[in-house]
Amino acid sequence: MHPAFSVIFLTTLIGAGQGLFLALMTVQAYADIGALPLPAGSYFGANSMIALALLVAGLVASFFHLGRPERAWRSAAMWRTSWLSREVIVLPIFMGLVFVYGLLHYLGYNPNLFGENAPPQGELTYLVGLLGVIAAFALFICTGMIYGCLKFLQEWSTPLTPINYTLFGIASGFTLATVLTAGMAPELVKFYGGWAIAFTVLAFFTRGASLIRNQRIKHRSTLASAIGVRHAQIQQKAQGAMGGSFNTREYFHGKTAAFLKSIKWVFLVLVFPLPILLLVLGLQNDSGALLGLAFVTQYVGLLAERWFFFAQAKHPQNLYYQTI
Amino acid sequence: MTQLALVIDLNVCVGCHACVTNCKQWNTSGSAGPLVDERPYGKDPTGTFFNRVQTFEVGEFPHTETVHFPKSCLHCEDPPCVPVCPTGASYKRKEDGIVLVDYDKCIGCKYCTWACPYGAREIDEKQQVMKKCTLCVDRIYDETLPEAERKPACVLACPTSARLFGDVHDPESEVSAAIREQGGYPLMPEWGTQPSNHYLPRRKTKMKIHKDELVRTDNPLKKEGHLPKVDENENFLEDTASW
Repeated sequence: MHPAFSVIFLTTLIGAGQGLFLALMTVQAYADIGALPLPAGSYFGANSMIALALLVAGLVASFFHLGRPERAWRSAAMWRTSWLSREVIVLPIFMGLVFVYGLLHYLGYNPNLFGENAPPQGELTYLVGLLGVIAAFALFICTGMIYGCLKFLQEWSTPLTPINYTLFGIASGFTLATVLTAGMAPELVKFYGGWAIAFTVLAFFTRGASLIRNQRIKHRSTLASAIGVRHAQIQQKAQGAMGGSFNTREYFHGKTAAFLKSIKWVFLVLVFPLPILLLVLGLQNDSGALLGLAFVTQYVGLLAERWFFFAQAKHPQNLYYQTI
Repeated sequence: MTQLALVIDLNVCVGCHACVTNCKQWNTSGSAGPLVDERPYGKDPTGTFFNRVQTFEVGEFPHTETVHFPKSCLHCEDPPCVPVCPTGASYKRKEDGIVLVDYDKCIGCKYCTWACPYGAREIDEKQQVMKKCTLCVDRIYDETLPEAERKPACVLACPTSARLFGDVHDPESEVSAAIREQGGYPLMPEWGTQPSNHYLPRRKTKMKIHKDELVRTDNPLKKEGHLPKVDENENFLEDTASW
């Protein structure tokens, strides 16, 4: 497939935004049972707005993918059948919840809905946050299933696709939370950093699994089944258009096999070992700069990962365009 | 239930691109607006087409065969492009099974092209909406046309009658009979999309003549031996009777 940068930015940006929000809620949940100190309301407020900014940036990027962005509102219509439509609905709901969550924290308006003496899990921010967590995971599933549901794009059609989207989002979100927290609540940096490393390692295993799976994939369609001629030797002589067509542009990455392979190694280094190394060094030396570098490295790596995710997928229609 | 479709006879198609040309002509002049052409006189012209003819060479020289392969939307019975459309712009008509795009609803997200294994859809780079074969829905029901012309433009253009059009759900129709009797097959059946368009395979018309068929096996000469030779000394009926 042809990697569209609008979609690459959309998925990586909202993934980091979702991960950052989940990181905030993780700390609140830990703090409510007394396992961690609860940071000030302004901490949650500021970081929620950063998460929101990432989500908005992702949404803006997605508009560049549309031929008719002015009709984008129509895309909420077919949520019964289309994962894309579901994503279009869940994303603004999630954005709204993140906004409300941050605002409540910022204003310090946090009544306990279950009475004065109820446990802190009954607090308004906690409940809004919980809805946000559900929306965040729903959004990960929607985003992943947009690709995972296309059964003949065999590289994508696996449960590993939504799992990878989820883990990459959470890993980059926790890495970002580590960076942001270094300035605002230093006592939480190690907590975030630890989880960021753990999720990055977890994502390494699931993405590694999908890489191995895709390497040995056997494509069900062949040129013989595509044109229905049962012969082992079929050569294409004409593609039906001299100057190329939509079919020759949309479904091919247009780069060499060597380039594709090098991008794989680029993302394998930039997403996993390098950020982990930088996180460990940053945590040991209390260096915000190193932590920041860890996030930037991982994010750039995720851009490469997403590019590779698209480029590696072989669409069966390419069988009709053998000489690209 | 009606399911209109094309049946394309690869045994007859000569790859002349008349169907491509007539399709483009009809559909670019239609009420839905032109099908874009970019750099039509440049060195790399491109544009939106509903139908394209490709050519494949099957086998190894000298035992090769050229297959011309017209390719357009197959109007699947279970079209994977329809459920993924977020706006409902892509839909399959209940009354005749044609898969259509509502150009006023399409947002040009291209998700349907990812979901079509055949690459049958093309975005119009100018209008920025998805386009595809409509089976000339604006022709086939047009009662101002003579009945014989109420067919898709490609079918009318084909000089070798390689393209048949009709209801594949009606067992009595010409297309059903062709599929049934001439080995019609769908493309990429492995994905369960159940394409309505079918293709008829290349066929060789050969007559097998066995050696013994060159000789009349029921030849009485062979069966009973030669007729008894006439004994010239014997009396014949004529001799006896020639008094």
